[in-house]
Amino acid sequence: MRVNGVEHAPPADPRRLLSDHLRHDLGLTGTHVGCEHGVCGCCTVLLDAVPVRSCLMLAVQAEGHEVTTIEGLAPDGEPLHPVQQAFHEAHGLQCGFCTPGFVMSVVGLLAQHPDPTPEQIDEGIAGNLCRCTGYASIRRAVARAAELSNK
Amino acid sequence: MKPPPFEYHAPTTVDDACSLLGSLEDAKVLAGGQSLMPLLNFRLARPAHIVDINRISGFDRIYERDGGVAVQALARQAAVEDSELVARVCPLLRDAVRLVAHRVIRNRGTVCGSIAHADPASELPAVLLALGGSVVARSARAERTIPADELFAGVFETALAADELLVEAWFPRSPSPSAIHEESRRHGDFALAGVVRAGERLALFGVAPTAVLADPSDPTQGIQPSGDLEASPEFRLHLVRALTARAFAA
Repeated sequence: MRVNGVEHAPPADPRRLLSDHLRHDLGLTGTHVGCEHGVCGCCTVLLDAVPVRSCLMLAVQAEGHEVTTIEGLAPDGEPLHPVQQAFHEAHGLQCGFCTPGFVMSVVGLLAQHPDPTPEQIDEGIAGNLCRCTGYASIRRAVARAAELSNK
Repeated sequence: MKPPPFEYHAPTTVDDACSLLGSLEDAKVLAGGQSLMPLLNFRLARPAHIVDINRISGFDRIYERDGGVAVQALARQAAVEDSELVARVCPLLRDAVRLVAHRVIRNRGTVCGSIAHADPASELPAVLLALGGSVVARSARAERTIPADELFAGVFETALAADELLVEAWFPRSPSPSAIHEESRRHGDFALAGVVRAGERLALFGVAPTAVLADPSDPTQGIQPSGDLEASPEFRLHLVRALTARAFAA
């Protein structure tokens, strides 16, 4: 499987979750693990450019596919991805635990709706939980991300 | 957290998948995984074998058949949601899919998987039942069509045999008026109760061990929903009456 543009061998153990494989085997700890049953959205990554829950996939299922994690959105030293930049500008994070999942979900949302309505923003982030409850800033960050992406 | 040990199989054809299901003891089919993977992660399910059908190519078609829409086993819910054919022929199905969890879940989850999983609170079995649809089950022995009203046997139980693969669900053209209404704590959560109207037919979900057909003029007749922290049985009955009235107001 390709992870952030680099080819990796799949794990030997088929029961290894994609989320655990990314974190423990590849050291990509930007993908966070919260509930591990698909509710919190923290572990969201892109599979062939589409956001999915990495805790609800076996790593071996990603073989032959392209996985993008939060680390792959903007390489070190490069400008932030527009969605990351927008979360920074609009204070779309507090403790930051949920942020990688939100950012990956929003990348998918903007691919589907480049100019989302407020309702589409709410629905697009409804699958991610922020226990700091910073949703008002996150909504503003999504709107800002759309602006930055459309520039 | 990790799933219990299992032997992993990734067949690349439907025939291979069926012969695996026919020869293995205690095998579970893995399609979108959005229900099965949580069960594995919590170790509520401990199958000896996982038959992952995601490597079967050309098994995700959504096509017109017998005046309705056929949805193959690997068609993702997001693809059904976006399908122009579904919007034209069976907009009720599109409306129902939009109520299933969240888009990120629907990117992976499948319509056929939801039906085979048969969660009592799931929208899609109720839609299939209200429309009078059917599924195609294939095994190494034979292929058969199972009508929706013979498919759902109990909580998470269907008439599918252990060696059968649900290869396709068929949804008839949705009549006008059709509607789906549900009440949940948050959008995307499991419904406390829900109703599906297809013409003059009514199906309920979240209030019985399976999706059930009901009489629109007396929708709670014979229904004994369970109560939990989210809703009492009385509140669920109230929701059935209120949502039915809403569905039939149009």
